[in-house]
Amino acid sequence: MTQNAARAEETSANLDSERLLPVLSLMWKIRLFEETAIEAQREGLVLGAIHPSIGQEAVAAGICPNLRQADLLLSTHRGHGHTLAKGADPLAMMMELFGRAEGTCGGKGGSMHIADFGVGMLGANGVVGANITIGVGAAHALKMRRSDDIAVCIFGDGAINRGPFLEGLNWARVYDLPVLFVCEDNGFSATTRTRTLTGGPGAVARAESLGLPAEEVDGNDVLGVDAAARTAIDAIRQGGGPRFLQCRTYRMTGHTAVDPATYRDAAEVEEWRAHCPIARLEGALRLAGVDEARMQQQRTEAEQYMQDVYARARDAEWPDPAQAFADVQDIGNPAERAY
Amino acid sequence: MANTSYLEAGHRALREEMQRDERVWALGEDLGRGGVFGQYRGLQDTFGDERIVDTPISEACIMGAAVGAAMTDTRPVVEMRFSDFALCAVDELVNQAAKARFMFGGQMRVPLVVREPIGIWRSSAAQHSQSLEAWYAHIPGLVVVAPSTPADNLGLLKSAIRCDDPVVYMEHKNLWGFEGEVPEDEHLVPLGKAEIARAGRDVTLVTWSAMRHASLETAEELAARGIEVEVIDLRTLWPWDRDTVLASVERTGRLLVAQEAVSVAGFGAEIAATVAETLHDRLEAPVRRLGAPRIPVAYAPPLEDRVRVSKDEIVEAVVGMTRTSPSRVPAGQ
Repeated sequence: MTQNAARAEETSANLDSERLLPVLSLMWKIRLFEETAIEAQREGLVLGAIHPSIGQEAVAAGICPNLRQADLLLSTHRGHGHTLAKGADPLAMMMELFGRAEGTCGGKGGSMHIADFGVGMLGANGVVGANITIGVGAAHALKMRRSDDIAVCIFGDGAINRGPFLEGLNWARVYDLPVLFVCEDNGFSATTRTRTLTGGPGAVARAESLGLPAEEVDGNDVLGVDAAARTAIDAIRQGGGPRFLQCRTYRMTGHTAVDPATYRDAAEVEEWRAHCPIARLEGALRLAGVDEARMQQQRTEAEQYMQDVYARARDAEWPDPAQAFADVQDIGNPAERAY
Repeated sequence: MANTSYLEAGHRALREEMQRDERVWALGEDLGRGGVFGQYRGLQDTFGDERIVDTPISEACIMGAAVGAAMTDTRPVVEMRFSDFALCAVDELVNQAAKARFMFGGQMRVPLVVREPIGIWRSSAAQHSQSLEAWYAHIPGLVVVAPSTPADNLGLLKSAIRCDDPVVYMEHKNLWGFEGEVPEDEHLVPLGKAEIARAGRDVTLVTWSAMRHASLETAEELAARGIEVEVIDLRTLWPWDRDTVLASVERTGRLLVAQEAVSVAGFGAEIAATVAETLHDRLEAPVRRLGAPRIPVAYAPPLEDRVRVSKDEIVEAVVGMTRTSPSRVPAGQ
């Protein structure tokens, strides 16, 4: 058990339930958004691949509530949870998954390219690890501006075997940048176990070898993630330079929503189901004396909300085909013909 | 007007733009020491090490960081040292910089310039000599610039830095010492506009980058033989100045493209195809392309020379195009 997790359990009796009920609500929002999206994909409404983060909600919900809207977040192909937690509108996101005109990106990006610059969400990314160097650059710009806003870059365990991981962490240390790196470690690089592909002791040791303070937490314990994130974010904001957090978690679905994940056995999945991050937070809140009805209310409200999101996204307009030619570039934007 | 080198003109462009706009900064390897060719000499003394940033040899992170910084209200100028090295940062340029604005539905722009010196220069061999401009011209979202004169290096680099699109800016290494007249006052050259470097009635010769100079010298030699070649320097490859090229070929009826890059799938093919599609009935000779054979650039001068388009080849092509075509009826008769 990590230090933060121990601390979280010790203090469960006097949890700040008024602060944590919105966290529970956020986790339900993420869970139900993704369950709605998976169902909508079966119906043909979600068009391209989606990469659910069901089972991993404690990472997004433990980190993002500690951020300001002006802080900058960079996410991955498995980014619905991070994006929702940073404050993006679930309806606009669902419309984006459905490819509709009023989607977050006008239907041009889909699940893997959702960004909402209005809430400091600088983009999911379809290329593993690519968000690391971009996040480092955002942090570089923040430091140049003498801002006390920070950048947070969340990536999966597969990314630690890409070059930009080394280049980006080294860069952040060299220029002492205000950036939190979060390795959301679900154990799989797409459909292969990351430990079979990784030399040495792994992400934390690699980060430490580059001079970054690094910590590993139980990524299914939102209290532990929250505590570790808050400590790290405070330190970064005060000019302490980059930090690294590894959150060990588990992906309850396959790599994509249609991947049956036959490469792992059912017992393993069931074992992790018992560690469901939402159930664990509810357990902690129960111990702290929070009323069962109030907890149930978080779920019910999220369910009703997503039903409404689904219905409105389903009925939303498609983009005008002419939009295919918009926002390519200012100089030399293509005309609607082969040039 | 002052006589200035191509290198000094680029130096002045960056200096002026950094003075004009404090959001402009430059990052790359060895910039504090002036950059590999001296294009950044003294700039760190003027602007400090936060705006002229020495980076690790981490091309992917140099480019990726520039993308993130460009999304965060700064205007980075990336130095890639050699165009060849930028291949370590293709994801960051092609998948990220070029596509972010579109993928994210126009929420933001990525105003960065990546300087990628190109071209054959002093036995630099296969990994330091390439001209890959066609690769980038193929990518939606990118602007591609290849200046050939000191005045253009001043005016185009300044325009590139002011452009809100990601610009691939390809200076030619063999031109650093090339001198020419440069305006002393503010000088901007618009992106996407070609220059008719020499007017001529018989053949349109479209070129860019260092090949402009060999083309102009050859045109003078051909003029002595009574053949007037119109030399068009594209200056910007995307967007390329289609109107100027097509208007010229309408007048001359003949198109020759001369490029230093490998001819196969090079940018000359795009120009040749466009002219053939658009002006087929007006052509008095088949379109021609000159470029490098599809071999890597070698080290030894006799081998390196096999890649270069020579003046003799240009002469032979032009003479062949004017000889094999039916005799033209002079305009007005």
